[in-house]
Amino acid sequence: MEAKETKPIKVKKKRNYFVFLMLVPWMIGFVVFKVYPIVTSFIYSLQEYPILGDPEFVGFRNYIEIFTKDDVFWQSLVATLKYVLIGTPMVIIVSFIVAAILNFKLKGVNFFRTAYYIPSILGGNVAVSILWTMLFDVNGPINTILSVFNFGGDVAINWTKDPTFAVITLIILKTWQFGSTMLIFLSALQGVPKSVYEAAEIDGASKVRQLFSITVPIITPVILFNMINVLVKAFQEFNSAYLITKGGPNNATYFLNLYIYDQAFQNGNYGYASALTWILLAIIGVLTIIIFKSSDKWVFTNDNE
Amino acid sequence: MEMSSRRRRINEIIRYTLLIIVGIILIYPLLWMIGSAFKQNIDIFGTLNIFPPKNRIVWDNFAKAWQITKEHNIWFYFMNTLKFLIPKTIFTVLSCLLTAYVIARKSFRGKKFVFSAVIVTLLMPELAFRIPLYLLYRELGLLDTFASLYVADIFASSSFFIFMIIQFMKTIPRELDEAAVMDGCNEFQILFKIIVPVIRPIIITVALLCFMWGMNDFQGPLIYLNSADKATLSLIMKQQLDGEAMVSYGRVFAASTLGLLPMIALFFMGSRYFVDGVASTGSKE
Repeated sequence: MEAKETKPIKVKKKRNYFVFLMLVPWMIGFVVFKVYPIVTSFIYSLQEYPILGDPEFVGFRNYIEIFTKDDVFWQSLVATLKYVLIGTPMVIIVSFIVAAILNFKLKGVNFFRTAYYIPSILGGNVAVSILWTMLFDVNGPINTILSVFNFGGDVAINWTKDPTFAVITLIILKTWQFGSTMLIFLSALQGVPKSVYEAAEIDGASKVRQLFSITVPIITPVILFNMINVLVKAFQEFNSAYLITKGGPNNATYFLNLYIYDQAFQNGNYGYASALTWILLAIIGVLTIIIFKSSDKWVFTNDNE
Repeated sequence: MEMSSRRRRINEIIRYTLLIIVGIILIYPLLWMIGSAFKQNIDIFGTLNIFPPKNRIVWDNFAKAWQITKEHNIWFYFMNTLKFLIPKTIFTVLSCLLTAYVIARKSFRGKKFVFSAVIVTLLMPELAFRIPLYLLYRELGLLDTFASLYVADIFASSSFFIFMIIQFMKTIPRELDEAAVMDGCNEFQILFKIIVPVIRPIIITVALLCFMWGMNDFQGPLIYLNSADKATLSLIMKQQLDGEAMVSYGRVFAASTLGLLPMIALFFMGSRYFVDGVASTGSKE
């Protein structure tokens, strides 16, 4: 009897030991590379932390300075918000439309699916930023196409040197990389059961009508997922602005991530840069929460079932 | 009947036309880049042509671009890139696999906490960790070493990949593990002999994405690496944008093409893995 009772306990103990062993890397990682940086980053934001010398506690002085005295911060914030608030809907709309077109029994769908994903995987590469600089050159192919349609009259658009068009150039690059968002939409669309369309088919509702009154409501959770994903990434855009427009002209594309980079790694103001980081995190957090809260009103959940 | 089949036919033509137009918009820039690598400066701008004029094809742009700096050629910088990318990929796959396996398959005290921690860190912008980690690495003497670009990956720091593997493991029937226990497999045998072969697609997906994203990474090397002889491909590509290099555009395009070549090759080798892998991240259930 005794032997029978101890045996399962032994096995259980061994297993927990195994679980612990397997989780050790993650636990170290969680503490050292997630919790520690988050906590210290907030502490730094309350300090004057110069590149040499000891940090000094200054309370909320960095934050106050950013909000009251720092013009560059406000320019940077406006640039970031323009990019995010125009870029995110652009990516979502384009990727949804393309996914809707692809979601039919067509020959070669897999080919298009794969081809459309290429820009997404290459998009962040430095070489693509070089390419974009050339494409949007005053004499580049984009202006050549526009001149064929006589767009903008005789004056060629100086895309990367004009404050308005510089942001647009970067938004177009962002939109060009709609592939991964589109793939997530497409797999959601493919998951919608055919049967839900049958009733609509009998009623004679058009395909477009079906798309907006049946498909869109069903996949709203995926729209929410994609929206937050794209939004959070857009807020952290660095490569394209750093490489193509160099933050300019007149800080028109000087996104917060660039400003934080310069403050921290060019000027060595770690405290000030940390405060900027927390402001950016707060903005991302608040916007995400607003979207989540609003989702009660527009995201379809099948609680009724 | 006839009407409906004709309508379907028209519908199909419209769809294909749209798909092809979108495809051209997406792929044209890349083809223009490759074509321009064979051009003289005068043939690059002011035209939409991908191909250079027949009598003015330039062949040696690639040879010039290959010797990208005075000291080294592109291969040297590609090797530098591999010096952090290979350890990064191996560590990421291994550590995320272990973590995901335990979360997906084992019951233990604190599991809820671990899973929530993975999800919360998944949502956290990477930016949040950057400055403290930089200062930490400075203390540890890791600045200007390749290790600074992968040390975090030893400890399963990519919540995204953990989550991806967990999602995939959920689709594998538990009977498989139970049968293995019956057969007297130990824990490591279950994981590496039973589970890993079944989840091979997601492991390849994670490895490919980790590798390719690491290759695209520009800000990491920019912050952590200083020495000219440690420059990665992305850092050296950046120099192509400086005024000096812009003397010969064809050469810049040739360099860009060479820089993208490993990515394009990997893409075609593994496209089905990440096309399916990325598509699956949207489904939470």
